[in-house]
Formats: sequence, structure tokens, C-alpha cells
Amino acid sequence: MVGSILPLQVENAVVRRRGKVLLGPVNTQVATEGLSIVMGPNGAGKTTLLRMLHGMERLARGGRLTWQVPEPQARAAQAFVFQAPIMMRRSALDNVAYPLIVHGVARAQARARAAEWLARVGLSDSADKRATVLSGGERQKMALARALIRDPQILFLDEPCANLDGQATREFEEILRGAHAGGTRIVMSTHDVGQARRLAEDIWFIHHGCILETTPADQFFENPKSKEARAFLKGDIVE
Amino acid sequence: MNEILSGLLQAGQMILTLDPDLIEISLRSLQVTLSAVFVASLIGLPLGCWLAVRRFRFRRIVIAMLNALMGLPPVVVGLIVYILLSRSGPFGVFGLLFTPTAMIIAQVVILTPLIASISHQAIRDLWAEYHDLLISLNTTRRQRILTLLWDGRRALLTASLAGFGRGIGEVGAIMIVGGNIDHATRVLTTAISLETGKGNFALALALGFVLIGLAVAVNLVIHMLSRTEVSGRW
Ligand SMILES: Nc1ncnc2c1ncn2[C@@H]1O[C@H](COP(=O)(O)OP(=O)(O)OP(=O)(O)O)[C@@H](O)[C@H]1O
Ligand SMILES: [Mg+2]
Repeated sequence: MVGSILPLQVENAVVRRRGKVLLGPVNTQVATEGLSIVMGPNGAGKTTLLRMLHGMERLARGGRLTWQVPEPQARAAQAFVFQAPIMMRRSALDNVAYPLIVHGVARAQARARAAEWLARVGLSDSADKRATVLSGGERQKMALARALIRDPQILFLDEPCANLDGQATREFEEILRGAHAGGTRIVMSTHDVGQARRLAEDIWFIHHGCILETTPADQFFENPKSKEARAFLKGDIVE
Repeated sequence: MNEILSGLLQAGQMILTLDPDLIEISLRSLQVTLSAVFVASLIGLPLGCWLAVRRFRFRRIVIAMLNALMGLPPVVVGLIVYILLSRSGPFGVFGLLFTPTAMIIAQVVILTPLIASISHQAIRDLWAEYHDLLISLNTTRRQRILTLLWDGRRALLTASLAGFGRGIGEVGAIMIVGGNIDHATRVLTTAISLETGKGNFALALALGFVLIGLAVAVNLVIHMLSRTEVSGRW
């Protein structure tokens, strides 16, 4: 077992594409525990921020992510749920077992654990279905099981409920709460203010690629620090 | 019109009576092309996959070359393989010229770029789909390639079948390196060419119908096998 990879120190992280700054500079710390929700208008850089933290974006020179353990171990203890879940052309069971198999767990054992996880997210009946025939809600639950199966220390989720109805969203949040209670650090973006209120311990508000504030949730919804966040919560167009 | 009809009749007759010459050259056709498809797939499928996954400086040029090689005229391939295998050539000592092995070699040269190019396109699309997940899961390059080959196996099967289709009907290269020697290197396509030259249109046509039937049958069998293997899952 690796020691805790958190807290994560982010220094001067800037993401550029074709000379344009998409994100940053970001200077922040991701604490050991908590459930943080990233909010901000479309195109603010939420996806880019999450991908950057997960190590999937190249940083401009001078930027640094510092985990408490060396990079490869830190990578192994993270998981990511993408906005559009990626369905491998395999059965749901084999999709969930895949992360274990590529990290050296014997196939039979990986399948057994995948079956347990499918049961936990309520997809036991779909285990042998092709992943590509699952419904939107089932897909996201399957992707969540696949992300959690290696028991990550930190889980990133990018608008995982954007296409789910109320019922599916509730079920998804329940599983997420379970993971959080089990000690998984969660960083998730959402457009859904209701969802943010239900789940968040703190809010990171991001605009034009910069984190304008990181505020405890109750305080954020009562009285956000930045005027952009205030406008965003009122439903105004954020300039 | 008459000739086509009598060709059909003769084809039916030869098949029903299990004409020994027909069986022999049909089996040789299958042996040469299936061997060539097997070897070309062994090279072409991983190569296409690797080109889709790997970013390197000359990648685009290699892919462009592959696509150009796909259009190689078989006659020229045959000529080059002939020179390489001929007694005075670098591989002359093996005495391969005018053997089925030489025909297989020539077909491997023709089929590999085709199979690599088709599989590259299929795997590239699959890779675009899987990219973020496989990166996020920290897979090694080897694991990525194996995953893409496995999950893309239907498309890859199609690539190999396209190779088979090209190989079974190919005549230019195998004529040159095989020599169309009776009971040694004669296959369906070279026999057709010979009989046409001799004016035996009915026989040539009969062989042609057998050739078409063979190509269709192999495609059907492989599709059926792949379906039973994956039914329920895929
Ligand atoms: N590959 C790319 N090339 C160029 N620009 C990009 C690329 N990806 C994202 N961007 C730009 O970066 C900015 C931030 O994008 P990002 O996807 O992080 O926003 P977001 O906050 O997740 O938006 P949304 O709420 O719509 O998901 C946008 O202006 C977007 O156009
Ligand atoms: Mg986004």
C-alpha cells in the first residue's frame, strides 16, 4: 500500500494550446480530505483544470504538481470519470475489470471483484451486456465502478451527471457519497447548483481559466467572495 | 452468351465430378493466398495498430508511404521478387524461384501494406475513442496496442479479408515468380489466364466461377466463425 499521495501542491500551473492560455496560472493546494465541486460558466476551464490535476495536460514551463509520493505512484492512486463515459467494446463486467487486469490482477480475481462492484452500483443484471448498449445512467454508474475498483485515493469527475435524469443522478450521488465516506478524496465539476449544494464541502469557482475562489460550500452559496460567482449564482450572464 | 452458359455448365460438371486438376489448383490457390494473408496479417495488423498509437516524427510520411505501397502494381512486385530470388540474386541460394513459397513471398509484399493501411484506419478511430481512458489508467504502450487489437478484432478481420480478396484474385506477381508450372505452381488465376490465351473460354470461365465461389465461401465461413465465437458478447 502506498502512503497518502495528498495533499497535492499546485504551483504556477498554466495550460496552453496553440499559444492561447486555457488555464491558469493555478496556485492551490488539494487537501487530503474533502469533496470539492468545481463550478463556473461554459468554457471557464473546468474540464481543463481536472485533466491538468490528473496529469493529462502538459504544463507550460515553470508549472509544477507536487504529490507526496513519486509521480508513478501518485498516478496509480488516481481515477477519472469523463463527461462522456468511454465504453470499451466489451461486456460491462470486462469494462469494470479492465483497470485491475492491466495492473496485474489475475483475470478470474479481477472479474470477481468487478462483479462485486457492479452489484454495488446496481448493475448486476447488466454484467454480461455489451457496454455500448447500456443507457446513459447505466454507463455513468459503470464508469464510476470502473474508476473506483482500484480504490483510488483521489477521484476526479467531469460533469458526470450532465445527461442523467433526477433518479439516476440521485443513485449516482449515493455511490459517490459511499466512496467519500470510505475516504476517497473527490474533485468534481458540475453545472447543477442543486447537486453542488447537496454534495459539496467546498466550491472552487473558476472563470476564464482562473480559480477565483475556493470557499466552504455553505459560505459560497450564502455569500460568494467574487462578484462573478455572485452573478453566476443569480443566473446572470457572467462577463 | 453461349460461352458463359457452357462455362457455368462445365464448372458445375467439374465440381460434381471432383475433377482432380481443378481440386489441385484450387487447393494451391487457397494454400498460397491463405499463407500470404496469415503472414501479412501477422506483420500488417500490429504495424497498423502501432502507427495509430505511436507519435513520432516521420509518422505521417510512413503512413503516406504505406498508402502509396497499397497501390503497388503486382507485376512490378513480381519482377522485383523474381530478381531477388533468381539464381544470381541475393536470395538465389535458397532456390525458391518457381515454387509456391516464392508466390507466397510476392503476395505478402502486396498484401501487407493493404492490411496495415486498413487496420491503421480502423484502429486510429478506436484509439481516438479510448485515448483518454487508456492514458488515465496509465497503461503501457504494449497494453494499449493489445487492447486495441483485441477490441478492434472485427475491423481487423475485415482488413485481413480484404487482403484475402486481393490475394486470391491476383495474377501478375504469382505468374512471374511462380511460372504457372503444371502440378507445381499453377493456381486458379494463372490457369484462367493460360486457358484464355489458348482460346478455351469455357474452361477459363469454369475456373473463374470456381474462383468466385471460393472467395465468397471463405468470406462466409470466416464471418460465421467469428460470429459464433463472439455471439452473446459481441
Ligand atoms: N483542444 C483544445 N484546443 C483549443 N482550445 C481548447 C481545447 N480544449 C478546450 N479548449 C478551450 O479551453 C477553454 C476551456 O475549456 P474547458 O473544456 O476546460 O471548459 P469547461 O469549463 O469544461 O466548459 P464546459 O462547461 O462547457 O464543459 C474553452 O475556451 C475551450 O474552447
Ligand atoms: Mg467541460
